Amino acid sequence: MNNKTIITVVGKDSVGIIAKVCTYLAEKQINILDISQTIVAGNYFNMMMVVDREKATVSFGDMADDLQKVGEGIGVSIKCQLEEIFDSMHRI
Amino acid sequence: MISQYEVNETNEMVEKENLDVRTITIGISLLDCIDSDGEKCRKKCYDKICKTAEKQTEVAEYIEKEYGIPIVNKRVSVTPIALVGGASCKTEEDFAAFAKMLDEAGKTVGVNFIGGYSALVSKGMTKADELLIRSIPLALSTTERVCSSVNLGSTRCGINMDAVALMGKVILETAEKTKEADSLGCAKLVVFCNAPDDNPFMAGAFHGVTEADAVINVGVSGPGVVRTALEKVRGESFEVLCETIKKTAFKVTRVGQLVAKEASRRLNIPFGIVDLSLAPTPAIGDSVADILCEIGLERAGAPGTTAALALLNDQVKKGGVMASSYVGGLSGAFIPVSEDQGMIDAVMDGALSIEKLEAMTCVCSVGLDMIAVPGDTSAASISGMIADEMAIGMVNAKTTAVRVIPVIGKGVGEKVEFGGLLGYAPIMPVNSFGCDAFIARGGRIPAPIHSFKN
Repeated sequence: MNNKTIITVVGKDSVGIIAKVCTYLAEKQINILDISQTIVAGNYFNMMMVVDREKATVSFGDMADDLQKVGEGIGVSIKCQLEEIFDSMHRI
Repeated sequence: MISQYEVNETNEMVEKENLDVRTITIGISLLDCIDSDGEKCRKKCYDKICKTAEKQTEVAEYIEKEYGIPIVNKRVSVTPIALVGGASCKTEEDFAAFAKMLDEAGKTVGVNFIGGYSALVSKGMTKADELLIRSIPLALSTTERVCSSVNLGSTRCGINMDAVALMGKVILETAEKTKEADSLGCAKLVVFCNAPDDNPFMAGAFHGVTEADAVINVGVSGPGVVRTALEKVRGESFEVLCETIKKTAFKVTRVGQLVAKEASRRLNIPFGIVDLSLAPTPAIGDSVADILCEIGLERAGAPGTTAALALLNDQVKKGGVMASSYVGGLSGAFIPVSEDQGMIDAVMDGALSIEKLEAMTCVCSVGLDMIAVPGDTSAASISGMIADEMAIGMVNAKTTAVRVIPVIGKGVGEKVEFGGLLGYAPIMPVNSFGCDAFIARGGRIPAPIHSFKN
């Protein structure tokens, strides 16, 4: 099974968003493959991460819940989704 | 590599445009549960349903979480009960006991509707078929989750007018028996011409006799997604319009295909079909009528509506067929009144009549759907509406259906509230001229000729 997961972070920009997310991922042995990040309309933070969960020490469901909580703590919305959903929708 | 733009597009469809998987429906064959002892038969049916669909809700929730796509309904459909109960049921009450069993099984596995309290009588009725049909008012008024459907005609066999006449009475009686709840029982009862064996949508879902032991059928949705996509091509030509609908339908269907395959893998039940239907909900923006307006109509029902709907329906199929390995069910645009805010508005503004809706059913799936009519409409008039709709399906070799709700105690101008996904509906006027002598004739309308088409 494909372990690639897309993590999206959107919300108001502030100091340390990437740091908080990355710290959590490192703790759980989740490897970051790619990050792209932009600031839209002045201070609207928009980030997409591709991560590999092959050696992850946490289940998908727990990771999604934990990251949601991390997001709530810093005022952004964090979503985790398997890459397949985007692949099937946007690739023939 | 997936781009940030693509990820955002998908997530916006879910968050702002009501993209969802409308239903994961497990079809279960109960043919191997048949027994001449009714109680034994029901026990076998109950056990098989509970065992087969045991993990359905859990798996759906898992998939929802992993892909970030809401799965709105989990449902079960079974072999038409007229076939299953025929060997043991001697009275209407015997059949109603099967409805109770289905209701219990649905409750146990955690589905909101269970379909298959059905009879297939396009050419003739067996004793069991007729008993089941006569028991529908009792069954629907004493259960919560059970949905009932009756196939009254087909392109191959013609229309069973005896059954059409009977159904007019059964619909009225169901309305009467559930009048405390605004005749809600009729919202769970639908009649078909050319009913598909693999429809995942309620109230018409049943597990056809041509199907395997168990199968997963998935219904996608996404009127809001199509409408938003069309907002970006306002004023463009039909070519651009059609391309946009096709591309959007492709994306929406791919989600359904992925969810269906994943559910199939996890539940270890074969994947059947994806139903490409554009199924609206009462949520603002999740409306097929709004798409018609975006295509260029002031209101659904205006001149041009049938053409716009024909175009929409065809492009949805063209885009969707490419996205899924197996397409089936009803596959098209649904035009229910109560479940679509844009349709409700069109009726309230006087733009949309039952006659125009009937014309629209010639070019889309499914038929006269969730239409509230006055409670004093005669059984013959309801049978007449059914016969008209069956004729459209029979002649055009397509599925058509009727789900009308005669609201006991209410008349034109009043409203009826069904709640939840079923929405609310203004009561629409029915042509007041009679058709009693036509319905009273009895017998069948022969199958149509398939040559000399014009």
